[in-house]
Amino acid sequence: MSTGESQNEMLLEVMQAHASRIMESVPWAQALGLRLTRLEKGRAFAKVAWREDFVGDPDTGVIHGGVLTALLDNLCGVCINTALTRPKSMATLDLRIDYMRPAEKGRDILAEAECYHITRNVAFTHAWAYHESRDKVIATAAGTFALNDISRWASGNAAMEMASKLLGGQS
Amino acid sequence: MKTRLSEVQTFLDRTPFARFLGMRCEMKDGELIATLPFQDKFLGNVAINALHGGCTGAFLELTAIAGVFLESEMKQPPKPINITVDYLRSAKGEDLYARAIVHKLGQRMASVRAEAWQGDDPTKTVTAMQAHFLVSDAG
Repeated sequence: MSTGESQNEMLLEVMQAHASRIMESVPWAQALGLRLTRLEKGRAFAKVAWREDFVGDPDTGVIHGGVLTALLDNLCGVCINTALTRPKSMATLDLRIDYMRPAEKGRDILAEAECYHITRNVAFTHAWAYHESRDKVIATAAGTFALNDISRWASGNAAMEMASKLLGGQS
Repeated sequence: MKTRLSEVQTFLDRTPFARFLGMRCEMKDGELIATLPFQDKFLGNVAINALHGGCTGAFLELTAIAGVFLESEMKQPPKPINITVDYLRSAKGEDLYARAIVHKLGQRMASVRAEAWQGDDPTKTVTAMQAHFLVSDAG
């Protein structure tokens, strides 16, 4: 196994062990109750429960698109670190969301994000939101992110800062 | 226009997610200006005191909806088809303002740009959004 691969595995293990803390240090993710459910190399999974105060159309009970924007944006950001050898801080450059069908009233929304390409400065991601499976999506996202050195630009994320320190001696 | 604005405000007041954000709308020099008074829960990165991109995006989407609603005779709010958000600068942990420019309002579709800024310079756009909506009341 190459050094890069083993470092990526270590970072992934640290993130998996502290998955709940990754969302905890993001106030808006907390306010919406976003929960990480699984992390794999280059992929992240999350869940958000339906809530009355998320409703965007009071006549139908359909959740506002802004909840999906936050969920998919955040999850895209998280999935990038699972593909890196050292954690980085990131900022969304642009995010495109396509709304395929309304989320159903009262049902949890599941989401997954995939980081499919990373360069020195930029990461490219796709994400999907659905009730059951990707075959019947509620919304899809395409997001690009600017990557920043975590030591020079604080991520504001306790779990990722800790991972950075843990892996610090191995660059 | 004034009665229509009160209808827009009524729509926002009875929309749970708009209340959750605490946004409000007013007319300034004939233009709709939306305001999002800052709350701690909007932050995405506490270390650099930056708003969460999902929060800015949600506010812009509601601003765009309000903009279309204001210019139309629709009874129901427009339904979003897609949005593209450009994060131009880091949005700081303070009040956010936005305006919507309705490029086209057709029979079925609307194309809207919404721009957000902070402080007193509306030309210094922090985040911009391009959105398409379905506007027919028949759905």
